[in-house]
Amino acid sequence: MHSNSYVLVFTAIVTVILGFLLSMASSQLKVLTEENVAVDMKKNILRALDIRESEGEVWTNETVQSLYDNYIQTIILDSDGKEIKEVSIEIVDAEVDTTYFPLFTKVVNQQIEGYAIPVIGRGLWSTLYGYLALEPDAITVKGIQFYKHKETPGLGGEVEKDWFTNNFIGKKVVGENGNLVSIQVLKGKVNESSKESFHQVDGISGATMTSKGVTNFLKEDLLKYEPFFKRVREKATGAVAWQY
Amino acid sequence: MAILKKAYRTAISDPLMRNNPISFQVLGICSALAVTVRVDQAVIMTGAVVFVLTMSNSIVSLIRSLIPHRTRIIIQLSIIAGLVSFIDQVLQAYMYDMSKQLTVFVALIITNCIVMGRADAFAMQNSPGKSFLDGLGNGLGYGGILIMVSFFRELLGSGTLYGYQIIPNWLYENGYENLGLMVLSPGAFIVLGLIVWLQLEFTKSEDK
Repeated sequence: MHSNSYVLVFTAIVTVILGFLLSMASSQLKVLTEENVAVDMKKNILRALDIRESEGEVWTNETVQSLYDNYIQTIILDSDGKEIKEVSIEIVDAEVDTTYFPLFTKVVNQQIEGYAIPVIGRGLWSTLYGYLALEPDAITVKGIQFYKHKETPGLGGEVEKDWFTNNFIGKKVVGENGNLVSIQVLKGKVNESSKESFHQVDGISGATMTSKGVTNFLKEDLLKYEPFFKRVREKATGAVAWQY
Repeated sequence: MAILKKAYRTAISDPLMRNNPISFQVLGICSALAVTVRVDQAVIMTGAVVFVLTMSNSIVSLIRSLIPHRTRIIIQLSIIAGLVSFIDQVLQAYMYDMSKQLTVFVALIITNCIVMGRADAFAMQNSPGKSFLDGLGNGLGYGGILIMVSFFRELLGSGTLYGYQIIPNWLYENGYENLGLMVLSPGAFIVLGLIVWLQLEFTKSEDK
């Protein structure tokens, strides 16, 4: 039988060695991991804006970066939806910032083809991070992607799957009178014949709390950008001008 | 295999077939259901588990005479957890998409009964070489079943293997449909059940 002090010392030594080795590995791999995370965010902005891999195609980090550089322009808005030129995207943290709001626009041949905004909020277990993209009319949903969450795989985790996100495409975030209604994730299926169906998508069975969370933070985040989108809608006659 | 003594041979061959951790001992079922939708996921998972099992078995066996009996589970667990966190970080750095697909199931290798079970039941009593082979055998036994299950699930559920289309388009045009059930967890239960049955039949006739 070992003495108490032996047990304590041995356990402490093992812990210190393991901790040391792990932090070594972590700091060595940090650069690579951070790059992957950044590229993954960009990939999801592209996907929300309907630039995606064709069947069986795999994008390398470089492909994502060059597509992003070619098509995506970033602007920072203030709470009135006015562009702020002197702030760079790097210092804006979309999760907590209440003064600066990043907006990602897809620009092809100087034509705006869509706007993506970050959507972030609580689900059941975790904070979900994603991007919601609107068509140039600022009314119709172009796409939605979630790239980071810790919801239960197979239940709430389904938010990142195509069957769920594809339901958003073509839905309207604005009601007939021009007010923001956002998109509601239902419990169960959408009744296609009702007028409300333009603002609703099918829920995920077994993930009521995640669905509720998504409904809530989509509306909250759209509200933040409403001053900007409202002006886009007013101006939306054919081609939308670049400057506001 | 004549170079290996019989004891070494059974350390690796036993868990591959007769005493398979999944299909015979029915351990590690959780991940066997979760990461067998596609073959590539199962292959990466197998690699991760083989790494963790061989390393944890070897390390535990190397220091087995030093490990105090009272805290042996904690020591084993911290070694396993350290290895799993390491492999998780490697996946995030080099195979980010795969690590996103595997979600929590890489981290959950820590709680996989096979790893803990082999460390405590085998590595604590046997030499490092033998423990290494035992870890390899169990890891491959686990992975073999995983890959087998994912083979059927991906082929029948998505018509692909390792991401490549296998079922030709003309079959789809003539009314063939993918079996959606195979993509869902019940599909894994059914395939796994059939494999367990086959395995028992096979080893039974061998015993006679």
